Amino acid sequence: MHLYILRRLLYTLPIIIGVTFVCFSFIHLAPGDPISAVLPENASAEVVAQIKAAYGFDQPLPVQYLRWLWNVANGDFGSSIMTRRPVISEVMPAVANTALLAITAIMLSFALGITLGLVSGFSDRRITDRSVTGFAVIGISVPHYWLGMVMVVIFAVLLRALPATGMGPAGTRIWMFTWEDLRHMILPAITLAMIPTGVLARSVRAMVAEVRRQEFVQTLKGKGLRRGRIFLHIIKNSAPPIMAIMGLQFAQLLGGSILVETVFAWPGTGFLLNAAIATRDLPLLQGTVIVLATFFVMTNLFVDILQTMVDPRVKRA
Amino acid sequence: MSAAAEAAPAARPAANAPGRRRRTGGFWQRVGRQVLRDKVALVCAVVLALIALSAIFAPWIAPADPYKTSMLRRLLPPLSPNFILGTDELGRDMLTRLLYGGRVSLSMGIAPVLFATILGGALGITAGYFGKAVNMAIMRVVDVFYAFPSVLLAVAMAGVLGAGIFNSLISLTLVFIPPITRVAESVTTQVRNQDYVEAARATGASSVRIILQHVLANVTGPILTYASSLVSIAIIISSGLSFLGLGAAPPIADWGLMLNTLRQAIYVAPINAVLPGVMIFAASVSFNLLSDSLRTAMDVRA
Amino acid sequence: MEGLRKYFPLRGPLGNVNAHVQAVDGVSFHVAKGETLGIVGESGCGKSTTARLLMRLIDPDAGNMVLDGDPIGHGGLTLRELRRTMQMVFQDSYASLNPRHTATEEITFGLRVHGIGRSEAREQARSALRLVGLEPDMFADRYPHEMSGGQRQRVNIARGIALNPRVLILDESVSALDKSVQAQVLNLLIDLKERLNLTYLFISHDLNVVHHVSDRVLVMYLGKVVEVGPVERIYQAAAHPYTRALFASRLSMDPRQRVDAVPLVGDPPNPVRPPSGCRFRTRCEMAEAVCAAVEPILSEQGALHEAACHAVTPNSGHSRAGGLAHAA
Repeated sequence: MHLYILRRLLYTLPIIIGVTFVCFSFIHLAPGDPISAVLPENASAEVVAQIKAAYGFDQPLPVQYLRWLWNVANGDFGSSIMTRRPVISEVMPAVANTALLAITAIMLSFALGITLGLVSGFSDRRITDRSVTGFAVIGISVPHYWLGMVMVVIFAVLLRALPATGMGPAGTRIWMFTWEDLRHMILPAITLAMIPTGVLARSVRAMVAEVRRQEFVQTLKGKGLRRGRIFLHIIKNSAPPIMAIMGLQFAQLLGGSILVETVFAWPGTGFLLNAAIATRDLPLLQGTVIVLATFFVMTNLFVDILQTMVDPRVKRA
Repeated sequence: MSAAAEAAPAARPAANAPGRRRRTGGFWQRVGRQVLRDKVALVCAVVLALIALSAIFAPWIAPADPYKTSMLRRLLPPLSPNFILGTDELGRDMLTRLLYGGRVSLSMGIAPVLFATILGGALGITAGYFGKAVNMAIMRVVDVFYAFPSVLLAVAMAGVLGAGIFNSLISLTLVFIPPITRVAESVTTQVRNQDYVEAARATGASSVRIILQHVLANVTGPILTYASSLVSIAIIISSGLSFLGLGAAPPIADWGLMLNTLRQAIYVAPINAVLPGVMIFAASVSFNLLSDSLRTAMDVRA
Repeated sequence: MEGLRKYFPLRGPLGNVNAHVQAVDGVSFHVAKGETLGIVGESGCGKSTTARLLMRLIDPDAGNMVLDGDPIGHGGLTLRELRRTMQMVFQDSYASLNPRHTATEEITFGLRVHGIGRSEAREQARSALRLVGLEPDMFADRYPHEMSGGQRQRVNIARGIALNPRVLILDESVSALDKSVQAQVLNLLIDLKERLNLTYLFISHDLNVVHHVSDRVLVMYLGKVVEVGPVERIYQAAAHPYTRALFASRLSMDPRQRVDAVPLVGDPPNPVRPPSGCRFRTRCEMAEAVCAAVEPILSEQGALHEAACHAVTPNSGHSRAGGLAHAA
């Protein structure tokens, strides 16, 4: 088991390095000179050369990459071209905001998705099953940014019940949360929860249905076990794969909230990314993407390890 | 899909075959029949056909000019005279623009998946067929792209390359290549270990020949089924890119872009603002359910 | 006509990263033109691997092969020519046919590979089908799932003989078939051999079937040849204790035919780390010190009959050496 975890950790390393390589190549994929954004207009060739040297752009690419990688490894993502502040100090608060929203949304969707999945999986009534499946399909295929707009229209524009955009005054200091802060979170969290709820409801339903069909459940029934006990057995057997799906969905939320954050003007990473793209602030863009991708990889890693520990069948070679 | 092309060899007239011969038809014909028997799938296919046809024939059926603006009749509500679905923030006819919008939006849902299927399919089949070092090289690179959440990768790539339909096509294709490569690799590995591939190798055939004649026919099914399930996501993400201003540029009619520009008017004309989303939703749900049905049909092969 | 000869010593490591499964280790044998060489042994002893090595479906780590006087590779026969001269029929009739190909497509594929035109290939496919007893009008356009197991295996054989090979490797080709169908296919094979002048390598775990078709028999144990000889010698006067044990484990209809030897107990040792010396010694009743120390080599036991056992090899140092060799 420890060996497996170690191997999994070791395997993550080259992937992270690959991620940094992709992010590094962003600068050179972007049209135009990477330093054009910081150049004063009609700068002389001398000034251009000076600035290039200052940013290290005069070095050969591999050297540039290794230097940059070294800095990144030390938490130095460079400075934002627009705000001139270190990228890391821009990204971290945004990550916190995104995480707050993502965690709220994922808890919501876990609760709702699992409940719906269990209900339809255990229900022998066709109508229950059909409606949950229908809801799940809608949840998966709805453009969530549009759903966000519809929610704004209904709850903010027509009913005037909830704020349309922004974050509450307490920010991420949840210990200071008031009703006002919660009100700001309701719409974006529900919107964001839609996809994972659909995915989970569908997977839980399929999983329960499959486990129910298996022989050991028939055996338990044959032994005259009460429904409640059988239920427990089924849950225990469907848990590991469901956990994997939950982890994956959470990881996707971290990076997938860009569109929803834009709709609700939520000051998270998506918002930051948008700003970075609009102002062609490449260091900021790189920094945000690397941090998000690293979180994504780590979440997957964590889920993988957790699943190995829970599921006795996954061999820990 | 190229159902007709796939079925062609099977449909060869059985030369002077006596009547006893059992005709089950080609594989794709059977799958097609199975899908059409599914009522939900049938409805979805009709909806998609309507959207696609109205997009293709938009110049002939649309009631107005999609680019004709008018400051006087901005944001008319739906059911206004002459403007059944109202007008947008520049006074253009909503219905017309929604019909035209299908051209970009649908193409941007299908094209990246198509390109990714071709490229990812080729990569995956190569990795799966040759195995060993080739497999390692391809799959490790794919793993790196897997380390990005799909929306993030699409947005970041499109953001780096700059706004525009072509660039968002590139970034979306890039997003879908890794998952398709993985699926293609795993099904190819399975097929590759079958005895009939071994038998084909025993005839002295070249790898290319074996892949084209033995592997391809047996892996296209699963790969296409999987790819079809991505179209729905592609429509959502590509419209999302336009929604962020990274896709089609104004004044082109595109559902995502319409959502973007109409968003400012959400307090004034809320219904108009959310209308383009209905189209995205309809297309995406239909593709999703159709692909589900396709998968079910493929499962019962024999 | 010097006759067909194969010489194919193979040494060791076939396998994965940190361990080597010694699936086939130093196997040498020859097959004469027109004969049927049966290869028998327990499952996992390397029979199928040998077949795949012969076809070069997997690359040997060592060893070479001479076909009709021409070496394979190294300026001799090319792989392509080899695969025209030698064909193989697999065990699983369903898995070895492409589910999306009709019988004709399956057979013409190989012909087309070797540069035969489309219509010519179709004609040859039809005659190959006719040869294996399938009426082309009825079967030419059938898919695998539209045929029975016996019919499918006939298509597989047709595919093999369509290329007009000189050698046909039959890897458990009839093992998966029902007994009645098996007999039909076996008779077909015997018939084809006469008509097409074929040489067979008949691999099977079914000793009765091997007895029925083979001229000579080769016995394998853990990747090594332990005994080879004319079929009647092997079946009635085997020299190697493993061979005798193998035949003893076979159920005989006639109690008088039962060989008086201890049947095999337990599973074969792990081929990753085979026993030193003689690989059979861990299950052999006659094992002595010399068996663990020295690996036995094939020694002559009579006309065309060889066995790799110290107990029957004169001067090997085994206490029974020489004693048993003349028993028959």
